[in-house]
Amino acid sequence: MRDRRYATLLGVFAVATAVLVLAQADLLARVLSGGDGIGPLAAVVVVRAVLVGARRVYAQRTATTVKAELRKQVLADAATRRGDRAGEVSTLVTRGLDAIEPYLAGYLPQLAVAAVVPLAVLLRLAFADLTAAVTILVTLPLVPVFAALVGAHTRDSTERQWAELSAVGGHFLDVVAGLSTLRLFGRASAQAVTVRAMATAHADSTMRTLRVAFLSALVLELVATLSVALVAVPVGLRLLSGGVTLEVALLVLLLAPEAYLPLRAAGAQFHAAAEGLAVLEQVAATAPPPATANRRPPDLSRAEIVLEDVGVRSLRGFSLRIAPGERIALVGPSGAGKTTLLSLLLGEITPTSGRVLVGGVDLREIDRVAWLRRVAWVPQTPTVFEGTVADNIAVGGPGAVAAAHAVGLGALVDARHALSSGERQRVAVARALVRPDARLLLLDEPTARLDSGTEATVLRVTRTLSRGRTTVLVAHRPALLDEVDRVVEVR
Amino acid sequence: MKRLALAAFAATLAELSGVALTATAVWLVVRAADQPPMAALTVAVVAVRALALSRGALRYAERLAGHDAVLRHLADLRGRVYESLLRQPVQRRGGDLVTRLVSDVDAVQDVVLRCLLPACAAGLVGAVAVLVVPALVLPVLLLGVVLPLAAFSLADSHLRALAPLRSRLAERTVALVHGAAELTAFGVLDDELARSGRVITDIATREHRATTRTGALTAVAVLIQFGTALALLSTGAPAPVVLGAVAVLEVFLPLTTAAQRWAETRGSLTRVRELLTARRPVPALTEDLPPGTRLAVVGPSGAGKTTLLSRFAVPDARGALADAHVFHTTVRANVLLAKPDATQEELDFAAHTTDLDLPWDLVVGEHGTALSGGQRQRLILTRAVLSTPPVLLLDEPVEGLPPTQADQVLHRVLSTAPSTVVLITHRLTPLAHEHFDEILVLDNGVITQRGTHATLVTTPGYYRDRWKDETSKSEYRNSYR
Repeated sequence: MRDRRYATLLGVFAVATAVLVLAQADLLARVLSGGDGIGPLAAVVVVRAVLVGARRVYAQRTATTVKAELRKQVLADAATRRGDRAGEVSTLVTRGLDAIEPYLAGYLPQLAVAAVVPLAVLLRLAFADLTAAVTILVTLPLVPVFAALVGAHTRDSTERQWAELSAVGGHFLDVVAGLSTLRLFGRASAQAVTVRAMATAHADSTMRTLRVAFLSALVLELVATLSVALVAVPVGLRLLSGGVTLEVALLVLLLAPEAYLPLRAAGAQFHAAAEGLAVLEQVAATAPPPATANRRPPDLSRAEIVLEDVGVRSLRGFSLRIAPGERIALVGPSGAGKTTLLSLLLGEITPTSGRVLVGGVDLREIDRVAWLRRVAWVPQTPTVFEGTVADNIAVGGPGAVAAAHAVGLGALVDARHALSSGERQRVAVARALVRPDARLLLLDEPTARLDSGTEATVLRVTRTLSRGRTTVLVAHRPALLDEVDRVVEVR
Repeated sequence: MKRLALAAFAATLAELSGVALTATAVWLVVRAADQPPMAALTVAVVAVRALALSRGALRYAERLAGHDAVLRHLADLRGRVYESLLRQPVQRRGGDLVTRLVSDVDAVQDVVLRCLLPACAAGLVGAVAVLVVPALVLPVLLLGVVLPLAAFSLADSHLRALAPLRSRLAERTVALVHGAAELTAFGVLDDELARSGRVITDIATREHRATTRTGALTAVAVLIQFGTALALLSTGAPAPVVLGAVAVLEVFLPLTTAAQRWAETRGSLTRVRELLTARRPVPALTEDLPPGTRLAVVGPSGAGKTTLLSRFAVPDARGALADAHVFHTTVRANVLLAKPDATQEELDFAAHTTDLDLPWDLVVGEHGTALSGGQRQRLILTRAVLSTPPVLLLDEPVEGLPPTQADQVLHRVLSTAPSTVVLITHRLTPLAHEHFDEILVLDNGVITQRGTHATLVTTPGYYRDRWKDETSKSEYRNSYR
């Protein structure tokens, strides 16, 4: 809807531009050849200036609005799709989407002008001086034709070049990211030579490509300037023989470059625009449709949870019965699938074989939002969001301050600074604490990376929390195993 | 530098050719209207054709020379940036910081090609034009200096106001992607999206406001360009001068955009410059670590243990640090980094020491994403063991392993380890069983206690409290099986 309105308005702007270009050339030719009309000329100049400014404001505002909408969409998609790299999404949301501005606010308006103005110029010249009009009509198509020819010739090498560019960039990125590791093993200075060598080799091959790629710009430039020469010289000679008037000759001279200018301008913005278009395509890859499961979750104080021959990721044919209110610890070597099991119970992932049943109902058929309202989860590496410690605990539910005191974070309630890994872990435990309605408690190594003092606090809280609730916890530390009814090994 | 001067020279000549082409063509037509003998026009006819050809050729030369200069410069700059990074102290660099550093370096290319070269060419063309037509001095200064300065300061203040919003958005995005599962589990994903949406709307509102100013600048530029033509017309200047002036001022129009671009990339340039001129810091704590010392660091979470360890990162030190990077290659290559000429026996021995059970030729994903937390930890530890360094640094090297396995691995690592070791741990049990010359107790970045295990367990304080906790809580139960 807005797309069409934008296109229409850009068309209107382009037609207005064409009218003003013609009027300005006509008036300028008349004044220069001794006629009067400087007043109207001044008026045309003012209107043209206002039009150029207004078009820019309008185009940029549209781009700004589109950008904001896409930013929101990318965030929502990334949050539902999962598994994206946070750094990449954040780059796309900030700098990445800025790249669509040259496309929407620069290239598209220029494209509209390029579609309208050369035609208008040709029409006007056909009435003034047919020879000039024919000259331009013949040479004008050469611009896109040559551009396409050179483009086709360089496409392969340009693509190779881009692949190489991202390889060089990727290598530089990996080397910088791993710098402290490289340095720790004395390999860092050896890499300095490689960094230089790769960049120099890249410069060499880039120049080979550019030598050809810039030919298209050269052709554009030559066609445009030579056509002016082709128009100017014959007009001058016909003027000599009295074939045309000075005013017409000047008009031809003024209008001839205007026929080529929009095409060249659009061509110049093509590269920046291509980048923006690529970003738009990347964003268009939409998120999967939301699940439509709608069964009410069974009452967990009575319902049994059954994993039936479940297979996903590293889990193979895993079965487990969890009685209502039972507390279970999962142990086993790292990589065996303990965390995967918790993700299954959360509904974050679904099994590729087998089923997860809650009170006899497949978890896939249960309304996820309602199910999650019944779950409290302490992840392995909790995320800290913007805001104070209290704000962060409040993510779980109301009563953040009391919960902060309970996990020994009372002094940090209003802190905003970066938290240590132990403090983060305690925030996560506090989040579980403020969910009194939760009937299923999932804990993923809640005491990892805690010193034993803090561990004691967390254990005490966990004990209170798990009382009367079905609990599944992943444990490495024996201290946790005292808290459970049954230890289950995952291998 | 020579190439760059060449590019600027070619750019200037290209622009001058364009201006001369317009002026000559107009002169040709106006002169022809007087119907002089054909011979009077011959030179102009030849000149028009030559100028038309030379403009395209010169532009081509400028583009090649400019890109060549910039690419060579960039290759050199990447090397210099990398080398100055080498001189910096070991520090954590988030993924986003690294990406930014790399794009900062690339931004230099942009500044040279899109700001510096056009400005040089416009300056020279302006100088020539003013020499020929002195009346042009005012519009040249307006379009070449005043308007770009205004555009720069507008863009600069706009970006300054925008920067905190943008970094807030970036931080929120990272937290949102990392914490999407948690936000979903707690039922607050939509609230969080709405809050981020408000930041996005704030950014859009500011950008909206800025468009009015840039639009006005564009309009003013057009007014100055054609206003000059009108002024010249009204003073009766000849046609070639009037249209030549329009062509000269056309060269200055891109400078307003270039100034905005300059404001956008200024931050990048400053960061690169700061990095290149940073002084080599003095290693702070090296004398506190005589060869042969075995040092352990304990303390509550957030006490600054990792920060302290990074200060021990002397040139001879190797180890398993919290920010260890797993490169996007095979397990073998990642471990061989420590000792490129290691034999298969040495590799197998190191892997045996750390219980690493990954296939040597498994390719780990970007940042080691194909590995579980415990596997990644052991890969990093294996690398440290293989290197047999004079100084071994270990930051919670066995976290994520079951305690029995953890203690066994740590014991094997320490018994094959060199003389000097620094170990960070939250578990005190290994400190009782392995030999350590000194244990530092750290709180809030300050060393609150120091001594051996034997003295510390008898001294009231953090260490004794924690030791009592740990031993009383059946920590010694052999295993849970």
